[in-house]
Amino acid sequence: MTGNLPYLVVGIIFLLGLYAVLFEKNLIKIAIGITLIEASANLLLIVLGYRAGGSIPVFTLAGKVEKMVLPVPQALTLTAIVIGLATSALMLSLIMMLYKHYGTLDVREIRRLRG
Amino acid sequence: MSWHVHLPALMIAVPLLGAFVAPVASMLGKAARNFWLVGVSALTAILSVLLWQQVLASGTAIYVMGGEAFNLSLPSGMSLPIRIILEVDAFSAFMALVGSIAALAGAIFSTNYMEKFSGLDKFTALYFLLTTGMLGMVLTGDLFNFFVFLEIASVASFGLVAFWRDRPEAIEASFKYMVVSTIGAMMVLIAIAFLYGRYNAVNMAAVANVLRLGYAEKVALVFLIVALAMKCGTVPMHMWTPDAYTEAPAGVTCLLIAVSQASLYGLFRVCFSIYGASLGSAVVPWTIIVMGVLSMFIGVSMAVVQKEIKRLMAYHSVSQIGYMLLGLGVGLLALSDPQAMADYGFTAMKGGIYHLINYTVCKGLLFLTAGALYYAAGSRNLNDLGGLARNMPYTTFMFVIAAAAIAGLPPFNGFVSKLLIYESTFAVYPILSIMALVTSVLTLASFVKVFQTAFLGPAKARLSHVKEVPAGMLLGMSVLTIVIIGLTLFPTWSLSNLVEPAAKALVDQAGYISAVVGGGL
Repeated sequence: MTGNLPYLVVGIIFLLGLYAVLFEKNLIKIAIGITLIEASANLLLIVLGYRAGGSIPVFTLAGKVEKMVLPVPQALTLTAIVIGLATSALMLSLIMMLYKHYGTLDVREIRRLRG
Repeated sequence: MSWHVHLPALMIAVPLLGAFVAPVASMLGKAARNFWLVGVSALTAILSVLLWQQVLASGTAIYVMGGEAFNLSLPSGMSLPIRIILEVDAFSAFMALVGSIAALAGAIFSTNYMEKFSGLDKFTALYFLLTTGMLGMVLTGDLFNFFVFLEIASVASFGLVAFWRDRPEAIEASFKYMVVSTIGAMMVLIAIAFLYGRYNAVNMAAVANVLRLGYAEKVALVFLIVALAMKCGTVPMHMWTPDAYTEAPAGVTCLLIAVSQASLYGLFRVCFSIYGASLGSAVVPWTIIVMGVLSMFIGVSMAVVQKEIKRLMAYHSVSQIGYMLLGLGVGLLALSDPQAMADYGFTAMKGGIYHLINYTVCKGLLFLTAGALYYAAGSRNLNDLGGLARNMPYTTFMFVIAAAAIAGLPPFNGFVSKLLIYESTFAVYPILSIMALVTSVLTLASFVKVFQTAFLGPAKARLSHVKEVPAGMLLGMSVLTIVIIGLTLFPTWSLSNLVEPAAKALVDQAGYISAVVGGGL
């Protein structure tokens, strides 16, 4: 049971993020929802890469070890974090400009495009 | 070793270099920037032609980034497929060719179209980043690399959709697109994590080699299909498409079309090359077919009632995506049955793939003509336009060609691809091809409406000052017109040289796998 606990946490964070994106009315809260989804994806990758008793994959620092973890998930996560940073920054700046144009952060009032 | 082996990497490196040198080139003045924009796009297009020729002549090209072999062998004898590879088969090369032609046309068009605006150094850089992302998505042979290029393309397109940032609508469209697209990309990442957790590999061929359909794989497949269908604008996840396509500058919309095709490419690469025959049941093919039919019908019925010209075309492009999903979905349905494949499946796939190139060039050209109308007459609303055929004869001519081709009037290329789809889907269920025919009629209706209101009719006094658009814009549009006329005049050549190798490569899952892991891990 405890072995699966991290995956349960990943699922809960993902669903929380999805809920925020679908049902929140405030743009900032939607942005928080998206970063939650990003966090859950990153956490999933890290959890997948964890091996009990494994050692860091740096040969000169690890010393004498039995198991060495594959560094691919860590590399993937670092890349995903950088990409997430870029999208979050751009998203917040777009929200800023939306606020300047419309004077509100409520999605129900930002509806000039439809039909 | 000739330099041709580096073609797959050059296809990505050249536009990427273009993106980062663009601000420097802009400092040298307007002419240098425009030269850089067009020159690098043209170079990319030339490279894509060379790559396509090379792949047709000598089979699938594999390029390992920063290494000799795709795997890393440890002294203990263990071997892991961890290198980043580019795998270019005939379908990838075809997609890269189509995409870089659209990018070239959009670039030439933008030199004149955007000249009144500031911030063009950033525009040029983002334009090249979008091209890089699109080409990377279709050339890569690595799942995670696919995600990275997907995000590069997405982030660049958020910036370009919101380029006219003093328009509230543009920011709103960009934000909507961003929410949909970021969630889509994260779902792709989670699916990749699932596959990695099962097989310790993100190399597409290595994953496909060992894939057995289990619970985790099904979850990953659902995430991938939903996310990529969202990214290419299929009903019911199409709501971002009309907004983003309408608000982006016209040259960018032409490229966004090609980028949505890259997501479609990802969808079919996953279904055919990674899962392939192990899909087993008919649930996935039918999901794709139903999405396709819904997109066709809902897209076109929304298009007919639109008043704004670019919005009409954007809804219409939702419906055209449906044709490709229908064709390739029928192909997927017939994948595990050689008899059905020979009877109708392969024809459907040829139709779908042929429609893909027709759609990209015709729709790209239609968006460019809409941009030209906006540039010349200052309005995109059909109620304000009229009688412009006298003022803008060349634009009118190219609009007629593109509209007739995409509506599937004989003898244009759109007729050929639609006919292939009609006759093959008729063998599965006649209702499918009836839906496709009805959609085609409504398509024609929507373009007759645009043609009648914008170009024909009495001249309006308010529009008497309208002149034909500058040469750069005409040149950009004529690139695509020439491609359409070429495809129209040589349907047999284009079917047997462009479309068939691509369709064969997509069906041949074993070939895709053995090109990489043929020698064992």
